[in-house]
Amino acid sequence: MAAAEDASRPFAGLSDVSISEDIPVEGDISVPVGSTRRDDEFSTLDEPVKETILRDLRAVGNKFVHVLYPKRSTALLRDWDLWGPLLLCVTLALLLQGGAADSDDQGGPQFAEVFVIVWFGSIIITLNSKLLGGTISFFQSLCVLGYCIMPLTAAMAVCRIVLVGGSGKVSFAVRLAVVTVSFGWSTFASTAFLADSQPPNRKALVVYPVFLFYFVIGWMILTFSPSQ
Amino acid sequence: MASTNDPFQFQEFEEAGNLLEANKDAVTISIEDDFKPEKQRKAAGFAPDGEDEDPLAGDDKTELLSGQKKSVPFWTFEYYQKFFDIETHHVKERIIGSMVPWPGKNFIHVYLRRNPDLYGPFWICTTLVFAIAISGNISNFLVHLGKPNYKYTPEFRKVTIAATAIFSYAWFVPLALWGFLLWRNNKVMNLVSYSFMEIVCVYGYSLSIYIPAVFLWILPYEWLRWCSIVLALCLSGTVLVMTFWPAVRDDHPKVIVAIMSAIVVLNVLLAVGCKAYFFSKPEPALPVENSAITAAIKATAST
Repeated sequence: MAAAEDASRPFAGLSDVSISEDIPVEGDISVPVGSTRRDDEFSTLDEPVKETILRDLRAVGNKFVHVLYPKRSTALLRDWDLWGPLLLCVTLALLLQGGAADSDDQGGPQFAEVFVIVWFGSIIITLNSKLLGGTISFFQSLCVLGYCIMPLTAAMAVCRIVLVGGSGKVSFAVRLAVVTVSFGWSTFASTAFLADSQPPNRKALVVYPVFLFYFVIGWMILTFSPSQ
Repeated sequence: MASTNDPFQFQEFEEAGNLLEANKDAVTISIEDDFKPEKQRKAAGFAPDGEDEDPLAGDDKTELLSGQKKSVPFWTFEYYQKFFDIETHHVKERIIGSMVPWPGKNFIHVYLRRNPDLYGPFWICTTLVFAIAISGNISNFLVHLGKPNYKYTPEFRKVTIAATAIFSYAWFVPLALWGFLLWRNNKVMNLVSYSFMEIVCVYGYSLSIYIPAVFLWILPYEWLRWCSIVLALCLSGTVLVMTFWPAVRDDHPKVIVAIMSAIVVLNVLLAVGCKAYFFSKPEPALPVENSAITAAIKATAST
C-alpha cells in the first residue's frame, strides 16, 4: 500500500527535500543577442556602394595575385567568384578583334566564338573532372580555369604591342616565345590548384584536357594577324 | 539439433552434414572473391537446395562487389560516371593496342574487358579535330610562304567542319554498325555480340593513329602524305577488321564481305577526305611560270 501510494505520487519524496541555503543559486538567464557581424553580412544596404564594390574588387585582385604566384593553396577554391573569368574573357575577346576578321569571312575568331570556346571549354573540362571522380565543385572549377587564363590574356596584350612594331620574323619569334611561356604558366597554375582534388591515378587524365584547352587559346593568340 | 537427438541416427547426421557442407562453402564464398568460388561450386555440382539460397546472396554480393550492372536511369549523373571508370595506364594501353594490331588479340576482349569508356573516344576525337585544323592551317601557310599576294588567315571555320566530320564518323558509324549487327543477331545466332558503347569505344580509339599522321602531313611532300595515310589506314583498318571478325564469322559470306568492306571504305573516305579538304596540294606554279617566260623569250628572240 505504501509502495502504491508512493508510486501514485512519484515526486512526493521531493517535497521533503529543501534546497540548503548555503548553495548559492544565481546566474543570469538571458537570451544571447545575435552577433553584430551576422547582421552586417546579410544586409549590405546600409554600407556605401563603394565599399560593396571595393570588397568584390579586392577579392578578385587577391585571386589574380594567387594566379601570378601559383602555390598549392585553397584561396581560389574557398571563395570562388566568376567576375574575374568574365573580365578576362571579355578582355581576351576584345583584344582578338581588329584582326583579319573584319574584312575576310575566313578570318580570325569572332567575339562570340572566343566566348563560346572559353566557356564551353571550361564547362566540358569541369564535367570531365567531375565524371572522373574529382571532389571539386562545378563553379570552383570554372573559377580556377577562368582565372588561369590571365597569363594568356597578358600575352595577347604583349603580342598586340609587338605587332604594332611590325609583323616580320623577329616579331613572330618574340610572340612565339611569349605565348609559349604564358601557356606553360597557365597550365602549371591551374594544375597547382586542381591537382589535390583528383584521385591520384587519374591525374594525367584530368590535366590533359586543361593542356589542350590552353593550347587552343594560345594558338588563337599566336595566329592573330592584324588587318593591314 | 544433432546434440539433442541420438548421434547415431544417420538421417539427422546426414542432414546436418549436408547443411554444414553447404554452409561452409557459403561462408568461404562471402569472404573470398565473387566469381571463382561460384564456378567451383557449380563445377562440383552440389545439391540444388544448397545452390538455391546461395546464388541469391551471391548475386547481391557480386553486384555490390563489382559495382556494375546497376540499372541507373540515363538522365542521372551516375549513369555516365560508370563510363569514366578508368585510370591513366588503362588509357595508355588502349591507345597502344589500337595502333598496333596483334594477331589473336581482339581489342574489345583484351583491352576493354567489359569496361568501355567514353573518355578515350571523346578526347581523342577532340584532339584530332584541333590537330587537323591546326596542321591544315600550318601546311597552308608553308605552301603559300613567300608568295606576295598571300594573306595569312587562321581559318577558324574549318574547326567546325572538322568537328562535324569526325564526331559523326565516331558516333553514327558505330550506331549503324551496332544496329546492323543486332539485326543479323536475330537471324543468325552469333556467339559474340558487342554493346553499343564497346563499338563506340573501338572506333574512338582507332582514330588515335591519325593524330601523329596528321602532324606528319604538315610537311608539303605528297609522297610523305600518301605513305603515312596508307600506313595509318592499314593499322587502324586491321584493328577494326580483327575486332569485328568474331561477331560476323558465323554469318553468310556475302554479309561478311559487305560489313568488312563497309568498315574499311568508310575509314578510307574519312582519311582521304580530311587530307583533301584541309591540306592543299603544293601547287606546281614554277613550271607554268618557266614555260611562260621561255615562250616570251622565244617570242622576243624571233622578232
